[in-house]
Amino acid sequence: MQFSEQWLRTWVNPALQSDELAHLLTMAGLEVEENEPAAPAFNDVFVAEVLSITKHPDADRLNVCTVNVGENEPLTIVCGAPNVAPGLKVPCARIGANLPGDFKIKRAKVRGVESFGMLCSGDELGIPDGVDGLLILPADAPVGASLRDYLQLDDRLLTLKLTPNRTDCLSIKGIAREVSALLGCEQTPVSVSEVAATIDATRAVQLGDAAACPRYAGRVIRGVNAKAPTPVWMKQRLERSGVRSISALVDVTNYVLLEQGQPMHAFDNAKLEGAITARMAVAGEKIVLLNDKELVLDADMLVIADAKQPVALAGIMGGAATAVGDDTTEIFLESAFFTPNVIAGKSRRIGFGSDSSYRFERGVDFAATRVALERATQLVLEICGGEAGPVVEQIAELPVRPAVALRLSRVARVLGVSLPAERIVAILESLGLGVSVDGDVLSVTPPSFRFDIEIEEDLIEEIARVYGYDNIPVAPSAARLAMLKQPGDLRNKFALKQILVARDYFEAINYAFVEERWENELAGNATPVRLVNPIASQWNVMRSSLIGGLVNALKANQNRRQDRVRLFELARVFHGTAADAQPEKLAALAWGGRHAEQWGAGKDTVDFFDIKADVEALLAPRVAEYRRASHPALHPGRSAEVWLDGRCIGVLGELHPRWVQGYELGSAPVLFEIDVAALLNVPRIEAKPHAKFQSVRRDLALLVDESVAVADLLAAFAGLKNPLVTAVEIFDVYRGKGLPEGKKSLAFKVLMQDTAKTLTDEEVEVVIAGLIKIAEKSGAHLRV
Amino acid sequence: MVANVTPLLEEGLAALTAAQDPQELENTKARYIGKEGAITALLKQLGSLPPEEKKTYGATVNQAKQAFEAALNARREALAAEKLAKQLAAEALDITLPGRGHAGGGLHPVTLVQQRIESLFRSIGFAVADGPEIENDFHNFEALNIPKNHPARAMQDTFYVESDGEPLVLRTHTSPIQVRYMLDNEPPIKIVAPGRVFRVDSDATHSPMFHQMEGLWVEEGVSFADLKSVIVDFLRRFFERDDLQVRFRPSFFPFTEPSAEIDVLGARGWLEVGGCGMVHPNVLRNVNIDPEKYTGFAFGIGLDRFAMLYYGVNDLRLFFENDQTFLQQFK
Repeated sequence: MQFSEQWLRTWVNPALQSDELAHLLTMAGLEVEENEPAAPAFNDVFVAEVLSITKHPDADRLNVCTVNVGENEPLTIVCGAPNVAPGLKVPCARIGANLPGDFKIKRAKVRGVESFGMLCSGDELGIPDGVDGLLILPADAPVGASLRDYLQLDDRLLTLKLTPNRTDCLSIKGIAREVSALLGCEQTPVSVSEVAATIDATRAVQLGDAAACPRYAGRVIRGVNAKAPTPVWMKQRLERSGVRSISALVDVTNYVLLEQGQPMHAFDNAKLEGAITARMAVAGEKIVLLNDKELVLDADMLVIADAKQPVALAGIMGGAATAVGDDTTEIFLESAFFTPNVIAGKSRRIGFGSDSSYRFERGVDFAATRVALERATQLVLEICGGEAGPVVEQIAELPVRPAVALRLSRVARVLGVSLPAERIVAILESLGLGVSVDGDVLSVTPPSFRFDIEIEEDLIEEIARVYGYDNIPVAPSAARLAMLKQPGDLRNKFALKQILVARDYFEAINYAFVEERWENELAGNATPVRLVNPIASQWNVMRSSLIGGLVNALKANQNRRQDRVRLFELARVFHGTAADAQPEKLAALAWGGRHAEQWGAGKDTVDFFDIKADVEALLAPRVAEYRRASHPALHPGRSAEVWLDGRCIGVLGELHPRWVQGYELGSAPVLFEIDVAALLNVPRIEAKPHAKFQSVRRDLALLVDESVAVADLLAAFAGLKNPLVTAVEIFDVYRGKGLPEGKKSLAFKVLMQDTAKTLTDEEVEVVIAGLIKIAEKSGAHLRV
Repeated sequence: MVANVTPLLEEGLAALTAAQDPQELENTKARYIGKEGAITALLKQLGSLPPEEKKTYGATVNQAKQAFEAALNARREALAAEKLAKQLAAEALDITLPGRGHAGGGLHPVTLVQQRIESLFRSIGFAVADGPEIENDFHNFEALNIPKNHPARAMQDTFYVESDGEPLVLRTHTSPIQVRYMLDNEPPIKIVAPGRVFRVDSDATHSPMFHQMEGLWVEEGVSFADLKSVIVDFLRRFFERDDLQVRFRPSFFPFTEPSAEIDVLGARGWLEVGGCGMVHPNVLRNVNIDPEKYTGFAFGIGLDRFAMLYYGVNDLRLFFENDQTFLQQFK
């Protein structure tokens, strides 16, 4: 809410500078978002009257004016504004004036005619009024008065960012009440007295749904001049509150809303028929509102209706058919209380709201309905004239404000500071809460303007706020010392990430929602979890795989001319919507050189076995089984499933050439994706007996068919089950020259060791013979 | 005879000096003190001398032999040193060339900051908790005392997920994690809960997905003064400034009361860095914790924002573009 500081100060005027006042409000929970001057600095600008104008002898567009600035002698001023005319009241900057933009007014000759000042436009004074030409002041503006004083420009505009619970501060009255409570200073409220009826005219009022509208007051005013101008002071206050002046009648209702916090509405009484009823709409009923939008109403919308039709969407906006206009001569003024829950959500549903709906959906003081109506009446009569009929009012069951029990001990427990009872009582009373004391317990009754005080904590918050959060001590906390669990067989996710970082990967973070195409093509997921309201139409599904995001990030980096991309991501994926269908995955993608381009390393491109090493490093010390994979994203001949503990925990491989082409990647990246849960558990290390005797190494070179998988051979070797064998590892694969077509040569090293003694040649030979026998069973032949 | 010894020695010493490699040196050695060597020959003559001469002459020749041997050893060492020096010179590298192999990658700045904050809180006994990102209404809103018509529930703010049953959302904050944790654990509860959260908002300063960290301490006797103390301590440790000014500004959240915004004083004035408050009694009741017995505080901060402040990143979007040239800074 934006408001004029000067306006507030007419109601409560603490001895604080503007910024001090703003700080006070901010630290009480009424955050002052902005604090701007109403007008930029300027001086020596006065209200002047144009006495006469004559054409400039040497310039068609200029006029030579004589101007009364309140001194004996009028001034001669050359003016180029198109709207200058004799008799107008306009601002005049005299010689010596400094205008915004470092513009100094000096005595000057304009095309040969001497000019003793400048008549000003709103733009030139930094108070734009949308008029091309001079700022035209009202006819009754006092000549010679300082413009700053006359227009009260030494004002500041404060904007409050109010939290949704503080609906009571959505008015000058409410803010003044708060300032007064915080400082204990006196208020000087505008006086509102009952306006006695001078005519009998009334319009009947009915509560059609007393729960939705438990209070409705209205009154007829006849003989109003709808064309009467809005007084400058009112216009200014409205404008400084961000409300545009429309017409005197509308301005009065807006003014009362800002001043009293009570939304008002003025109907053209001549356009109403029969009694006014506040009732729920009949589904399908229609109304055209003041903003010319036609609405088809729902049955849960509260309307104000006359005998014929809905004439307003209650608490939100009036109808166009019964709106006041220039020809209006009689009005029906409405001041009502609508139940917040009935109004809430409706403006969101219809796509627009108003200052009125903003207040009603949060709660309006139901005890001040009548005061606001009197205040509006008073202003209408003052400005537009007319005669008021008696107030017609219906009141049903208004909200109750049950007393809330507050234990002084609880205040101390929650805040961590013990405040004297008198202090607490004083704070609550200053906020308009009724307090009665019974030992340790206070019985506190919230006022009608507070909709946010229902439980003890609400009161504790009020006490803390007014006492000042700053005044609550910052004492070191005391807590029981209890160590956190540190399971030795569990690593945290940072440790996994660190493994990949050490292997030259950078961490990526992609959106969890992705293009459906990625899910279909790269994850083979035809039924992804869908978003109802995606941020952009292409990001409409939740990912079940991290691969799409990494491929997309690869493309983006290629577009930025990166020649080597290595990225990983650890994030949740979504196989469904249940909590256990959202596991975390770790995926990585590598593209480009095995090493960053450098002087001392080869130019090889990263391939399947590089990324396999990354997977092995992540799993270590555990060793997975790799099975040929059939994965939609991956090259069928260059991909594998990763199996651990009888379960497939992930895939790795080269991106399918179809997608290399489809996503225009130039050449294929290699990538993997693994379940994080499978990586977190690592067996706690149990050290083996340390062998003091030398190990023996023998090599076996075997000639096998191309189709033989190394893992199968190794598995067969393991079948030997000779405890002396500590490792059988492949160390070379050879194809080509010297070998028959369709064959490859595999070189294994066999390590043997006995923990108790040095191995004998016989023992070694037994092992090797056993292995050769196994190899031959698998169709392999010893190369000699 | 004695007179012959010195010239011979001098000649021998000169020959040693002249030897340029080990082979030549060994040849020289042979020529003088080898079996057939000149100095050896002088010694052989010793037997034929009269006893009175034998003594002086013997001493002189032996001295000469020792002198020669000493010089020989010195020359051997000199040649070896020379050889080593040559080898070392030949083997010298341009040590200014960069090292070879993997230079290492890097963690995302948001992760780095998350790690930093987790370890700060671990140091005072806070455990780390986690939870799903697709949440139901209960965990994301209802349990947190967020009323049915609250604007945060609107489709303009919250992502909804297609569902046959109850309404499902992408969690809008990390607070559902505290709900889950409190349902599963008895007080005392001390956790931080980092995670990705989602809101329908995308511009220069908002990302539809971002990161939060939630903190929660529920125990008997936890007060607003404890909240202030922990938060102030955390911010001062995080930013490594013991004199960092922190203020708590009254605010409103449905799930805490009293509530506060946390501001720190930066070079350009107060800067909002998070929200906090005492856990609302309704929230405690919703997770079966007795608010009469236990009190607690909760706070929430934006990890992306903390990463921006910590590393001086001024554009939030950089965190989600995965541009390697940006990420490479965080090695």
